Amino acid sequence: MIVAEKLKKVFSRVVAIEDVSFEVAEGEILGFLGPNGAGKTTTMRILTGYTPPTSGRAVIAGFDVREASLQARQQIGYLPENTPLYREMDVLSYLGFAAQVKGIPPGDRARKMREAMEETGIQDVAQRTINKLSKGYKQRVGLAQALLGDPKVLILDEPTVGLDPNQIREIRELIKNMAGKRTVILSTHILPEVSMICERVMIIHEGRLVASDAVGHLKSRLARSRTIQLTLAAPAAEVNDALAELRGIQKIECKESDEGDGRCRIRVETDPEMELSPDIVNRVVGKGWKLYEIQSLEPTLEDIFVDIIAGEKEV
Amino acid sequence: MNNIWAIYKREMRAYFVSPLAYVMYVLFLVVCGVFFNMYFSAYYKYSQEYMTMMSMRQQFGGMPPLPNYTEMVLLGITNVMTFILLFIIPMLSMRLFAEEKKMGTIELLFTYPVKDIEVLLGKFFAAASVYAGMLALTMVYTILSYNAVPDQTYFPAVFASYLGVFLVGIAFLSFGIFASSITENQIVAGLVSFAVLLVLWMIAFVDEIQPGKLGEICNEISVFAHFEDFSKGVIVTGHVAYYILFSLFFLFLTLRVLESNKWRA
Repeated sequence: MIVAEKLKKVFSRVVAIEDVSFEVAEGEILGFLGPNGAGKTTTMRILTGYTPPTSGRAVIAGFDVREASLQARQQIGYLPENTPLYREMDVLSYLGFAAQVKGIPPGDRARKMREAMEETGIQDVAQRTINKLSKGYKQRVGLAQALLGDPKVLILDEPTVGLDPNQIREIRELIKNMAGKRTVILSTHILPEVSMICERVMIIHEGRLVASDAVGHLKSRLARSRTIQLTLAAPAAEVNDALAELRGIQKIECKESDEGDGRCRIRVETDPEMELSPDIVNRVVGKGWKLYEIQSLEPTLEDIFVDIIAGEKEV
Repeated sequence: MNNIWAIYKREMRAYFVSPLAYVMYVLFLVVCGVFFNMYFSAYYKYSQEYMTMMSMRQQFGGMPPLPNYTEMVLLGITNVMTFILLFIIPMLSMRLFAEEKKMGTIELLFTYPVKDIEVLLGKFFAAASVYAGMLALTMVYTILSYNAVPDQTYFPAVFASYLGVFLVGIAFLSFGIFASSITENQIVAGLVSFAVLLVLWMIAFVDEIQPGKLGEICNEISVFAHFEDFSKGVIVTGHVAYYILFSLFFLFLTLRVLESNKWRA
């Protein structure tokens, strides 16, 4: 459904992205992950035809975004970063405008607009001025306009940025439900978001694709170790010795608390194949130390980057 | 066509939702009204003097022609109008592209299946309509005059001068849209169009200061020099062509600027 071939974009000698190639199959939800400035927005703008690539080509549903720009754009529902909408308009007339420029015949417009508003849950604010809506509702209006015209491809650039946790959950739910009949590509810099919404993830770093895999695979592949963090009241050196005897422990870091309450904070890296938390707890309790906290840490985006980039250097 | 209409409607709404259009209407109408009042009073005084002069001279015979009301008042204010347009039109045109760039809405607009020329024409027609509405409201002076002095209100001449004012405004507007397309700062767009139009106005005086070839060339370029005949109630095809070509030229340049976003890889 989406094909990108060796995309490259140079902004006055600064290379924004280079050698970006990927394919997205019909009905797939692809997460596009990377830190700010990695080239996510640039890639998405190339896909929508807004920015021309310096070299390479992008094809949406069989239409080259440069050669058959209008047809390609007809297949795309796009939500740019920061949701730029015509703020002075009310929701209904804004969607009416979008429906018209997307070429929906006048007879179908009212129905299609109603469907889009129902899908995004904005019927109640249809008469309100966009400017006066909350950020979450603005985002929904943005999604609603993207849905108009039944695009085969949805391109969503950081759809959850700047929302409060509740709104984030709702928008994620919306995007999940929107998928299925549509191919979705969404960018984010939040790792859990990808695992929640997407089937496949693509990681971009400094303008290059560094990984592309199913979400589960990537996680297990990257998890060379599992990190457990605990806080307990004991001398650091003794803890170190006690835990080092356990099988499957790769690394222990102990740090005494600065507050002088005799507690220390310990990070233990273990073999990813083994669940060592019960053993660690047993050992600690057996020694008679007070355990205040134990927590298994998920790998963060940062960890994954460090891992991937380190991995690249090894190769 | 459908897309031009959609964009036209959206732009019209934007003009009238914000105070912009109303402020311009008020500004334009107040200034025109003041000048109409002044010209009308001046004419009234002049015709009074003429009457006394006539009765004095009756015994001697031989009278200068009656002062022409249409020329003095109705065509007089169209001259003033073109000057006010110098300030008003940049205010009208500056937001057209600059605002969308600043707000980022241009990204959505240009990723909709819409041709660049459709965007441009939709915006141009909207601004032109707002301007035409403003101009149409000043017709009230002609109607008032017709009520007061029907035999002195000469419609064809009034029509010719209004055509001229309209063309001047359209030319200004085309340049203003161009200025708006090259920056994302509305103020810069407005100032650039004002400054350039001001220069195009001032070079009409070169000929007066130093007559000669240079002055003639400047007169040919100046947007105001071509208005002179219109302000006498005369339509000269050459001048009409000048304004149309001027407008088309800058609309074409704007289109190239818009398209350049698609090939400046």
